[in-house]
Amino acid sequence: MQNNYLTKPMSMALELLGRISSSEKINQWHLREPALKLVYQSLCQSVRVGKMAQTRFFASRPLIPEEKLSKNKPLKKDIFDLTLTREQQMVRDELLKFSRQNMRPMARDADNGDIPADFFDQINALGLAVSGVPEAIQGVGQVRSPISNMLMAEDLSYGDMSLAIAALAPSGFVNALTEFGSLDQQARYLPSFTKDKFMPASIALMEPSVRFIPDQLKTTAVSTNAGYRLNGMKCLVPLGMQSELFVVFARLDNHGPRGFIVERHYPGIEIEIERNMGLAAASMSRLVLTDVELPKSALLGEQEVHYSHERMIDLSRISICALAVGTCQAVLDYVTKYANERIAFGEPISNRQAVAFMIADMAIELESMRMLTYRAASRAEQGLPFHRNAYLAQVMCAERAMKIGTDGLQILGGHGFVCEYPLELWYRQLRAVGILEGSLLI
Amino acid sequence: MINLELPNKLSRLGGMAHAVAEGMFRPISRKYDRLEHTYPKELDMLRSILQGMADGGSDMGADGLSREKKGRRKEIKNGSNMAIVLNMMEICWGDAGLALTIPGQGLGNAAIAAVATPDQKKRFDGKWAAMAITEPDAGSDSAAIRTTAYLDGDEWVLNGEKIFVTCGERADLIVVWATLDKDLGRAAIKSFVIEKGAPGMKVTHLEKKLGIRASDTATIMLDNCRIPRTNILGSETIDTKKSFAGVMQTFDNTRPVVAAMSVGVAKAALDLTRELLEREGFCFEYQGNRFEIKAIEAEFYRMEADLEAARLLMFKAAWMADNGKPNSKEASMAKAKAGRVGNEITLKCVELCSSIGYNENVLLEKWARDSKIFDIFEGTQQIQQLVIARRVLKKKSKDLK
Repeated sequence: MQNNYLTKPMSMALELLGRISSSEKINQWHLREPALKLVYQSLCQSVRVGKMAQTRFFASRPLIPEEKLSKNKPLKKDIFDLTLTREQQMVRDELLKFSRQNMRPMARDADNGDIPADFFDQINALGLAVSGVPEAIQGVGQVRSPISNMLMAEDLSYGDMSLAIAALAPSGFVNALTEFGSLDQQARYLPSFTKDKFMPASIALMEPSVRFIPDQLKTTAVSTNAGYRLNGMKCLVPLGMQSELFVVFARLDNHGPRGFIVERHYPGIEIEIERNMGLAAASMSRLVLTDVELPKSALLGEQEVHYSHERMIDLSRISICALAVGTCQAVLDYVTKYANERIAFGEPISNRQAVAFMIADMAIELESMRMLTYRAASRAEQGLPFHRNAYLAQVMCAERAMKIGTDGLQILGGHGFVCEYPLELWYRQLRAVGILEGSLLI
Repeated sequence: MINLELPNKLSRLGGMAHAVAEGMFRPISRKYDRLEHTYPKELDMLRSILQGMADGGSDMGADGLSREKKGRRKEIKNGSNMAIVLNMMEICWGDAGLALTIPGQGLGNAAIAAVATPDQKKRFDGKWAAMAITEPDAGSDSAAIRTTAYLDGDEWVLNGEKIFVTCGERADLIVVWATLDKDLGRAAIKSFVIEKGAPGMKVTHLEKKLGIRASDTATIMLDNCRIPRTNILGSETIDTKKSFAGVMQTFDNTRPVVAAMSVGVAKAALDLTRELLEREGFCFEYQGNRFEIKAIEAEFYRMEADLEAARLLMFKAAWMADNGKPNSKEASMAKAKAGRVGNEITLKCVELCSSIGYNENVLLEKWARDSKIFDIFEGTQQIQQLVIARRVLKKKSKDLK
């Protein structure tokens, strides 16, 4: 019996139908027709539910190993270097322009739950997700580039961290698949990220607990004959209300954590929005998974890829660090301008060391965060071990990003505290840096 | 393409310096901490070894802290500035006091390399040059110096008192800052090279210090000290627009070097602390929730992250100099970050290791004393913050004092 969840309600309905059709009373009271109709409808319903549990994504053609994104790009030249490639610089210029002109002006409304309808079309037009999809399946990606992905997170976060998380959530899904997915999974799911329409998708790792430890998950996946059954609760899932696809992480049987590709329409999934301190625009959501039955093919990487949860966490930590760097750069630039323009006691407040030194410290610590983040990403890109680097980057960013956020607000004084200025928003967002795990993946 | 790993060529250089630090400096580290003012004769041999290493580094090392001309579009390179900070970092991992008194490697050498004419470079080649800026009444405010110089025929005549001159007693040359006209302020400040034994020059005092005791710190009196006219570094004329900035530019090259000293000493402290903790059964895995691990482990990771940041800021500043990019802000950032975290780390390591750390049987307490100077000389923490703030805020020094 392959599809338990499909056949069980169907057999019950058929049994009922049989009983009703033979019931004398129903025939007597002229209830036979409506009753049959009702049963028929409910039967259809259960059949449809059964169908919905099947994947809605199909590969137009299989992917062959040579067509995967190439990994561990060797250096062209063995040299310490901080310059971007020409492509990276072009993307950076484009994204920073978009950050300044489009995202920053909409950030306040977005935080109030009002994201312009065409925002996601604009994001799609920027080609963020498609850049991570292999060329063979309609994408434009050639190499798996953690550095390029990191730069995208930094530059969009310069516009607004919440919106950046929303914009990059699908890239997180795509990167999880190109990093850990099987050939079939890539061919099946990734082409939908190459269309004219924005494809919402995300990663679900965190769980609502005061002592969340990313490799000790409470969400469980139990092997069944047909595949896997998921139970548990996920929180802070970016773009959760919209996403059609998730990679949900759960503890598999008595093994460690694994990823599972979950389509939104699968029965047993409830999604609700989570109101939180500062990431409203990212549509952070809670996923409640109750006996969600998954096919065997849902296991991320299936049997062909060695899955490393540590690597997943590390790649995601670098992306959170990159968000922190972008937002802190926004804080620094804003505060610099403000301190130069704000007059107190007859001169700009930036003429005072008490203010100027705070700004100098913000600049130093921001650059420190950036250097650690870049090094971790560059090691990941080259295929060098980067666990320690990602960990240290997180240690640094978790602490210093919040410090920059609170110091930036302090420099604006009362203006920092009111919503007319962006500092209080950045302050709320930067609190998330030390908390978020697995929201995005570079 | 972004890559923050050192190339093999530099790694090999660093490996050699590390071996020297471990094999030659560490064994005599405590000895010269106790024998303050005694010249470490073991260093004479080192001079030739280091020269050989620098020459072996082919395109990096021997030419000192010169800077690539800007504007020229060239391939990105890792040159002498990176090699020097790396060397300094490794050597100071061995002993910073000894590193500061390696013959031929004074700060004055850096100044000469940065601004000397080819003729001067040739004349001063192979000599050990100290740097004398600070005066009893002019420390960070180097524009306020009172030492004067005037031209008398074919000679400069210098008068004044210089303090805190590192290697002032041991060096062959002293690069001295003096003013041609006190009324013209910083524009009139020039550097002069005084050779040891010049008439009117005298070492009058050696300081006793908290740390870096292997390095001598001298007071020098200049009483109608006469030197050849050709011993001025840079132009003789007073250009009110440029001059001081030119002199200050030296710091853009030397500040990353001081950052390197701080990083090296802090790394020594962290390495030993790790070793001592591992002997106690500690295991560093970089795992788990940051708040679930032991406080001592969390503290260690925080220090490691800060040290790594200082190290990368240092390489970034040096890399910029190697590639002709203006790096005044970044040089000060490296110095500010390295200075403060170096001091914090070495002090914290003593605390973490408790009575063992405080005892002179290990070098932790020495490093905690040595490290304080890196947040002071070549511009204090506060001066670095001023430089950075002025750059970030685009302020002139008259506005942001």
